[in-house]
Amino acid sequence: MSKNLRVKTSKFIDETYRVSFKFNGSKYFGYKGDTLASALLANDIHLVGRSFKYHRPRGIMTSGSEEPNAIVQLHNNSERTEPNVRATEVEIYEGLEASSQNCWPSVNFDIGGINNLLSPLLPAGFYYKTFMWPASFWEKYEYFIRKSAGLGKSPTKADPDIYEHEYIHCDVLIVGAGISGIMAAKTAAKNGLKTLLVDEKPNLGGSTVYQNSEHFKINNQNSGSWLEKEINEIKKIDNLDIRIRTSVAAFHGYNFLLARENLTDHLPIEQRKNKTRQKLLKIRAKKVITATGSLERPLIFDNNDRPGILLSSAIKRYADLFGVACGEKNIFLTNNDSAYETAISLIQKGIKVEAIVDNREEIESKLLYEIEKNNVKVYKGFTIVNTNGYKKINKVSLMKLSKDGQKVIGSKIDLSCDCLGVSGGWTPAVHLFTQSGGKLKFREEDQVFIPNKYSSEQISIGACNGDLTLEDIIENTPKYLKEFLNIKKTDYDNVEVFSDENKSKRNIWLLPSDKILGKTKSFVDYQNDATAKDIKLALREGFRSIEHVKRYTTTGMGTDQGKLGNMHALGIISETAGTKMGEHGTTTFRPPYTPLTFGTIVGRNVGEYFDIFRKTPMHEWHLKNKAEFENVGQWKRAWYYPKNNENMFEAVQRESKAARESVGILDASTLGKIDIQGTDASEFLNRVYTNAWSKLAVGKCRYGLMLNEDGMVYDDGVTTRLGENHYIMTTTTGGAANVLGKLEDYLQTEWPELDVYLTSVTDHFATISVCGPNSKKIISNVIPDLDLSDENFPHMSFKNTKIGKINCRVMRISFTGEHSYEINIQANYANSVWEKCMEVGKDFNITPYGTETMHLLRAEKGFIIVGQDTDATMTPIDLQMDWIVSKKKYDFIGKRSLYRSDTIKDDRKQLVGLLTDNPNEILEEGAQIVADVNKSPIEMLGHVTSSYYSPNLKKSIALGVVRGGKNMIGKKLIIPMENKTINVTVTDSVFLDKENKRLNA
Amino acid sequence: MFIINCPFCGEREQSEFKAGGEAHIERPKQPTELSDDEWAEYLFMRKNIKGIQFERWNHIHGCRKWFNMVRDTSNDEIKAIYKMGEKPPVK
Amino acid sequence: MKNRYSIFSLIKNAFSYHENWEKAWKDPTPKKEYDAVIVGGGGHGLATAYYLAKKHNMKNIAVVEKGWIGGGNTGRNTTIIRSNYLWDASAGLYNHALKIWEGLSQELNYNVMFSQRGVMNLAHNLQDVRDLKRRTHANRLNGIDAEYLNTEEVKKFCPIINTSPDIRYPVLGGTLQRRAGTARHDAVAWGYARGADEMGVDIIQNCEVKAIKRNGDSVEGLETTKGFIKTNKIGVVAAGHSSVIANMAGLKLPLESKPLQALVSEPVKPIIDTVVMSNAVHAYVSQSDKGELVIGAGTDDYISYSQKGSHDIVEGTLNAILELYPIFSRMRMLRQWGGIVDICPDASPIISKTSIKGLYFNCGWGTGGFKATPGSGDLFAHTIANDEPHELNAAFNINRFVSGDLVDEHGAAAVAH
Repeated sequence: MSKNLRVKTSKFIDETYRVSFKFNGSKYFGYKGDTLASALLANDIHLVGRSFKYHRPRGIMTSGSEEPNAIVQLHNNSERTEPNVRATEVEIYEGLEASSQNCWPSVNFDIGGINNLLSPLLPAGFYYKTFMWPASFWEKYEYFIRKSAGLGKSPTKADPDIYEHEYIHCDVLIVGAGISGIMAAKTAAKNGLKTLLVDEKPNLGGSTVYQNSEHFKINNQNSGSWLEKEINEIKKIDNLDIRIRTSVAAFHGYNFLLARENLTDHLPIEQRKNKTRQKLLKIRAKKVITATGSLERPLIFDNNDRPGILLSSAIKRYADLFGVACGEKNIFLTNNDSAYETAISLIQKGIKVEAIVDNREEIESKLLYEIEKNNVKVYKGFTIVNTNGYKKINKVSLMKLSKDGQKVIGSKIDLSCDCLGVSGGWTPAVHLFTQSGGKLKFREEDQVFIPNKYSSEQISIGACNGDLTLEDIIENTPKYLKEFLNIKKTDYDNVEVFSDENKSKRNIWLLPSDKILGKTKSFVDYQNDATAKDIKLALREGFRSIEHVKRYTTTGMGTDQGKLGNMHALGIISETAGTKMGEHGTTTFRPPYTPLTFGTIVGRNVGEYFDIFRKTPMHEWHLKNKAEFENVGQWKRAWYYPKNNENMFEAVQRESKAARESVGILDASTLGKIDIQGTDASEFLNRVYTNAWSKLAVGKCRYGLMLNEDGMVYDDGVTTRLGENHYIMTTTTGGAANVLGKLEDYLQTEWPELDVYLTSVTDHFATISVCGPNSKKIISNVIPDLDLSDENFPHMSFKNTKIGKINCRVMRISFTGEHSYEINIQANYANSVWEKCMEVGKDFNITPYGTETMHLLRAEKGFIIVGQDTDATMTPIDLQMDWIVSKKKYDFIGKRSLYRSDTIKDDRKQLVGLLTDNPNEILEEGAQIVADVNKSPIEMLGHVTSSYYSPNLKKSIALGVVRGGKNMIGKKLIIPMENKTINVTVTDSVFLDKENKRLNA
Repeated sequence: MFIINCPFCGEREQSEFKAGGEAHIERPKQPTELSDDEWAEYLFMRKNIKGIQFERWNHIHGCRKWFNMVRDTSNDEIKAIYKMGEKPPVK
Repeated sequence: MKNRYSIFSLIKNAFSYHENWEKAWKDPTPKKEYDAVIVGGGGHGLATAYYLAKKHNMKNIAVVEKGWIGGGNTGRNTTIIRSNYLWDASAGLYNHALKIWEGLSQELNYNVMFSQRGVMNLAHNLQDVRDLKRRTHANRLNGIDAEYLNTEEVKKFCPIINTSPDIRYPVLGGTLQRRAGTARHDAVAWGYARGADEMGVDIIQNCEVKAIKRNGDSVEGLETTKGFIKTNKIGVVAAGHSSVIANMAGLKLPLESKPLQALVSEPVKPIIDTVVMSNAVHAYVSQSDKGELVIGAGTDDYISYSQKGSHDIVEGTLNAILELYPIFSRMRMLRQWGGIVDICPDASPIISKTSIKGLYFNCGWGTGGFKATPGSGDLFAHTIANDEPHELNAAFNINRFVSGDLVDEHGAAAVAH
């Protein structure tokens, strides 16, 4: 069956450690250190997947994160399965299972391959031009389009793995551990800087570390050996943190970078347990050195996508690093010296090189001489015009290039092969640089974009800065480092470098063919099947900008983000449009550089850690007593306490009755509490509340309403004057933080002259509210020393007192209309006081009640809940709370807005009570209110804001806002539900005890 | 994400701060004297500048102090930071 | 008449290797004078020009665009289309748009891929439930399809949502608008451009407005990077840059421009067949025809024109995504980007005349303008042509910020308790 193409022992591969894995259900072997791609190649497997649109057979094209074709589904189980994984990045481990994607029934025989035959009908943007008839059918077409799109499959179960965040602050971050990155790391660290070096690969040294050729020497050693010594040295430096398998995803402003560190993906499954799978490194670096190297460019010619066609540098990497031959009859197509390096490397290992097809006519290179010495035929000034072989390349056709490179001439030469290496020169990896806000410039000589203007404390060095040869790197890098790090010398100032590489290059973005372009398939974006003719079509149709062309043709929008083909797209556009490269700019390189799992970004913020939850000191008690909870902001509030299988309605009816008939107890600790002190505290309250505060006596409480500057109700609560210059304000639970923020804002920025200090004490005090006719009995028992007579302690007043030795504040205030007390006590004592209340309340059937009962009880009294009965479009006048708006005060927040032409209108929506004709019918909160159901369009007058069945009144009650409602008392209105209408009568909003007798009962 | 040099605490992560919009819009001393138009100008109308903007920030998860910042909104570069009540250090 | 697009024209052109397709729109140099100039070549601006030509017979008009058409928020949004808004004015506006969407591909002879796969809005606390029920009732009475779903029905409609009661903010219910969905954003800009171009509208790209020339209280023309253009009607549809243009005319608008981010995952086979939005745990998600999960993040709180937002916003959004869809943890973010959204204090747009004669603004769409594109263009064209608003956009005048008659769409989801 399959051949063994492991041709050479490599020191980077552990051949004593055999690893078995499965690909498309068949078992294969590789070695520790292999990637899935190298292991497949060693087993002579090239066909890995199918392309997105035409379902063409595709193989391994590269050896890194730029891979567009060889993407697979990893794992078979529904929780760990992972789509679109690049075979070139996966390190194999025992038990790895991978399968081809986007093919059915199999990668070898894929029904979708029919699209390749239909391709003449499927040019760029074809879907904009069709599927429009009949009009209602788009979604039916779409169903099939969606099914055939989409590459791999999403997991269908929750991810069992752990992810984490790590914050790193360093002096210097170096991205990329190729030769220049290693030089930078050693230099920075040896100068005492806290240095972090990251590289996406599992080993350091980039492509130099396996360079073992007489043609490239540093200090008279092979460059690979020289670098290996350097690597061994830096590993010993203490202040240098090295992270491998770590890919920088994003380079944001202010030198904030995100990187993903892979920790377990290379381990056998059983060794991964309880380990963090991936870490998101959040890096703040004082200085950043980008040394991300360069990516080899493919070449654009007809059928340039077949399995067996690889980048020349990838073939070299597979041979040198993994000891794997990609083919037994290799041909190269190149426009520069790089392919010769690869060819020499293959020849050294005894792998056959058939020919080199070089676009260049004249080649001055020592590498060429060595190739020719080995009897490899070099076709100078030739190009490949076509390839053959459906599932794997088996033949190439060459023709001579014309002088201007625009045409091919002469006759066709066919050569058979099983592997084609292509090299179109190199593209500096400037992705991170541009993400950071850097501006590029275009270098004409070799047609590359290189960094020009930096936006922060950073430099790019090495190949990503345009130093594409070993000589340039060794000569320039020390200079850059000295200037950037502000140091006098480096270890590399007198390094001798020797290289046989020649820089000459013949750049032709789209190689000419003997066929008209319309008959060719010259792929620019392999994954998305965007071809050169698609780009030309887009231009023909008026799409001129690179962004338009990219979107119309989908070039560069695959999972590889166009790392290989974007430059060619730009080149073809500028050649076709007759403009200069560089004028178009590039497309925006958007983060992340390589795709980042959601799990990594989220880290530990999942499940119960999604958001903190705040609990009151009585939380455990509520739990023990089977409370159901309601989320209010971040708080968990007891909602109701079902007993004996009660449903919510039954529990709330029971709780409500108990509170009115005997005594109820509520945990009100979540209400916001702001301590206000200072000689101008009263004046401050005058300015922030609608009512007047100066005359409030010490020891008294007052309800206040706070507006936004636009006149709309913002928050409410009771504020108590604790002393001459000391108040405590309560706010709504959800509004606490915003109210404090708003008050601080006014205090610090508008009224700095006021002597006022604000402190949030929400968490410091717990609040126990005891209400009902028997509440006094409870309090007198819990706090025996407190005189509870109405004379000494009337409604709306407060007392400082003690429970045992513990100070506490008791307010006699009521949100239920009952005689009631609120005990405010230091939070850590609250639960014992609560339990004490429960204990002494036993004889009175003391009943804990939750927020739902609280809402019902206050609704009986017509008290509003900000946010439920108001919605940021309600003024106090709309709420019919004119009484709380001081006419005398010159100003308060929001006052001016109450007198605008719309806010003074009489027919605004106003808060009223609503009674259903059928007293047992409970309205739905949110239901709309109308006067006439037959009117068209139907006119909505308002909506039901609060609605309950009142066990105390034995009827349904509701609050609502109704246009012009204050003049409608007694009027009949209609609530139109989906399948019925409900008749209601507008009433006053106070349903119970209008005279407030119960407060003193 | 920005690094913001709080005038009271020093350099901190942006996530500790809250932006408060355009600075130097003084709340009118006598709102009742204003026309609806003038009040709307204070309440809602904003320069919303592209370029050098004077704006307010609050160290909400730190010292809770408000302060002013000069920032180029076209590229988010912070030019200067100064306390409330101080004159802007740059034009 | 241009080539009609159809399967037949595709077949015909296949024989000539697609060498004979015409330009979708020309690339004219600006004339000296136009009857009206639209500033901003996004979806809204191009639609405005289209309807000016089509319905108001104004053909001597131009669209000037600083960059490339559709390159701003049109090409950056998460393409959600719905009309289930609370207030009558908003419902009227967005439903007008939705009705146009339903026939837009045929109208433009350009497949905008409007896909009515439904939009679900989730409730995570009791006030959400009240608010969503309120909205559902209002929608129904306004003739907008809307259903309230309980938790089981939410699960049934979108099985991959984690509806467990044990999560931090459990799903308590939701609303569903079945007529809502998504469309292909680029196609909307391109389709309108092609349609407008065919009727004679000049679409001028790479043409930045530098100044607005006024004669007293009227506009006289525009100073641009391609020279002076005379006109006495200027319709500004510049989204995040509205205030920049307004400042040129000496106007201030009630706008703040903030970064809004979005992201897509790598493409996968169909896994979510509707659009799910959740306000309380901020996460919007749908799946594109290509297979990418399209996820909308929130806005930053500071003003910025940099088209970049902070990472915390993206992280917060993905936290919420994994809270609701734990199966997506191993999915990968492929691309993230930012746009600049112009936000009004009441989260409703402005489609209005101004105090300067001949100067009109269509702005303030905040985070949700895409869905309104056809309706916005139609109503803005009406306003410009007649110098009077249409009854459907009368409420969206600038003067509401003076009178206080706001269309408070986010106030309607006020949080407090």
